[in-house]
Amino acid sequence: MKIRFEGLTKRFPNRNKKIKSEVVAVDNFSFEIPDGKLVGLLGPSGCGKSTALNLICGLETPTEGKIFFDDDDVTDLPAENRGVGMVFQSYALYPHLTVKKNIMFPLQNLKGEQKMTKEQMEAKALEAAKIVQIEELMDRKPNEMSGGQQQRVAIARALVKMPRVLLLDEPLSNLDARLRIQTREEIKRIQNTTKITTIFVTHDQEEAMSISDLIVVMKDGAVHQIGKPQEVYDSPVNLFVAKFLGTPPINVFTGRIKDGKLLIGEDTILGKDYVKDTKDQEVFIGIRPEGFLLREDKEKNGKLDGKNGVFHADLLAIEVMGRDTSVVFSHGSSEIEGTRLRAIVSSDNQIDPESKTVAFDVNPKKVFVFSKETQERLL
Amino acid sequence: MSVQQETKIQAGKPKSNAKFLKRLNAFKAWLYLLPALVFLGIFMVYPLIDVLVYSFEEGYNSASQTSFGTGWFNYAYVLHDPYFLQAVKNTFIIVIITVPLSTLLALLISLALNSIKKLKEVFQTIFFLPYVTNTLAVGLVFMIMFKKTPYTDGLINMILAIFKTGPIDFIDGPYWAKMFVMCFYTIWVVLPFKVLILTSALASVDEVYYKAAKIDGTSRFRMFTHITLPMISPMIFYLVITGFIGAFKAYSDEVAIFGTNLNSAGMNTIVGYVYDMLYGDSGGYPSYAAAAALILFAIVFTITVVNLLISKKTSIR
Repeated sequence: MKIRFEGLTKRFPNRNKKIKSEVVAVDNFSFEIPDGKLVGLLGPSGCGKSTALNLICGLETPTEGKIFFDDDDVTDLPAENRGVGMVFQSYALYPHLTVKKNIMFPLQNLKGEQKMTKEQMEAKALEAAKIVQIEELMDRKPNEMSGGQQQRVAIARALVKMPRVLLLDEPLSNLDARLRIQTREEIKRIQNTTKITTIFVTHDQEEAMSISDLIVVMKDGAVHQIGKPQEVYDSPVNLFVAKFLGTPPINVFTGRIKDGKLLIGEDTILGKDYVKDTKDQEVFIGIRPEGFLLREDKEKNGKLDGKNGVFHADLLAIEVMGRDTSVVFSHGSSEIEGTRLRAIVSSDNQIDPESKTVAFDVNPKKVFVFSKETQERLL
Repeated sequence: MSVQQETKIQAGKPKSNAKFLKRLNAFKAWLYLLPALVFLGIFMVYPLIDVLVYSFEEGYNSASQTSFGTGWFNYAYVLHDPYFLQAVKNTFIIVIITVPLSTLLALLISLALNSIKKLKEVFQTIFFLPYVTNTLAVGLVFMIMFKKTPYTDGLINMILAIFKTGPIDFIDGPYWAKMFVMCFYTIWVVLPFKVLILTSALASVDEVYYKAAKIDGTSRFRMFTHITLPMISPMIFYLVITGFIGAFKAYSDEVAIFGTNLNSAGMNTIVGYVYDMLYGDSGGYPSYAAAAALILFAIVFTITVVNLLISKKTSIR
């Protein structure tokens, strides 16, 4: 099922009563979530992503705007009539009920024609349990299970009524690192088998990138960019999106465009072929860690590569991580002075740790240029 | 061989060391517990044993420390004493009426308090006020409200007159009227504490359970019976158990309303009977008092054990 937002806005009164202004948690959402996709709502804490989720499931009512499920306007529909399943961050499993009774709980609420017999409910509960592979734990109580198992029970409970939309609030935040990777694949698998439109909220970009069909990057209640994870990573629309996606984070420098060339300090990063007709100005330059290509040692103090230019920096440390090598360096033009910057290069490269400086070529595809005033992407 | 011996010694030494440390720790623990144990021994265990002994000594005299003999005589006497039987009946009526009713009322009030937003603190304070008010003062107020004198019928009778009934003498009148005042008063006195406990128990139930239930279309009644009640059940059991114990030990409340001569008012309780046997007008019989006290102990003990067994069976965790 598609979900469409039209100018969806949610404002809360300020907690500090002396301040009259309101807090805008969700600011003018207007976009569509396609049917049967796994969508990640991504943003730093406090950006309004959980509020957005609460608006979709009906726990909050919007200040303005509308929400459509397919073509039905559900804006004023109470939560229980929307046909959504929700998994809470803390799972919210009823501690006094067994797994089976927890999963059956939503079915026991059905009234009128939808009412089921006990056998039907048990069959449905077993079906949901099978999807998340916990059918042998049906008689346990929540506190007798691991975090990952509880998570699955919570998903089974959300799925048992076959909702039109499945919502997950920070589904992996309470799990340890290994379980997190396992569970996120599990969520992807469950979504693939059920084909239910699934929206999950996370502040962890890696989580969102790894399993989403589509990610929605939010900040301060506003949507900054919507797209496939790779697209958003490869062409961020502004400095915030560029900074928010990617580990290690993107390296940001202050630089300038002059005579059709992109400069950081005295180094020409990109030549005329790339910059073309952008007027001369001060800019922010973001370079992904994998965008640095190490020059062979012998060339370190040598000739310039006419095409891409060479970037010189002060070497701080070399961190060997097996597959890759992380080159830690600093540069006088980094956005925040003294930041430890990072380049990821293949571990085939031999770097002399004694060396004081390091020089890189730059992959132009991994270089993003942002306006200094608006922080919007220029190149 | 010498090598073997050496290893044996080496292995043996730390073992005995650990044993010694363990013993030392146990000794320390007992040392720290000593003050409390001595205190409890002198003021709790010794008197309890004494009471048990008195209850089997016929006609024990505390002044001369003498008695006529030992046996079940005191128990037989107490169990045949009409005043004691009346006291047992009164106590049981008060317990059976006030404990469930006050817990239920407290639950309803806490639910209401929990669901209002404005003036919540004000109402909580109001409901807690009786708890910090002196029992005897409240008793006096109740007496003035219910008592019928040659000059006035009292506030309650004035209200009853509006409905064309009464006047009823609640203090010196029929038994049911006196019992009504007694139960009313007891509930009024125990309510604030229960409201306090239940309000905090309700507030400690995580909001997220209600959110989850709401999305699943759970009715408010089902939320209450299937989420709220099981979550606060440990606190309810706590209140019921302490409520039973408290109600069985009631005495001062009765004195506050009906005065010290409870036997003639027909409103005596078991603890009141014990007091009368020791110091009252009919007093000076410590053996009877001891026997009555032990019967009360047996009743309270049985009921508490039953309560605990039930609470364990229905416990959620």
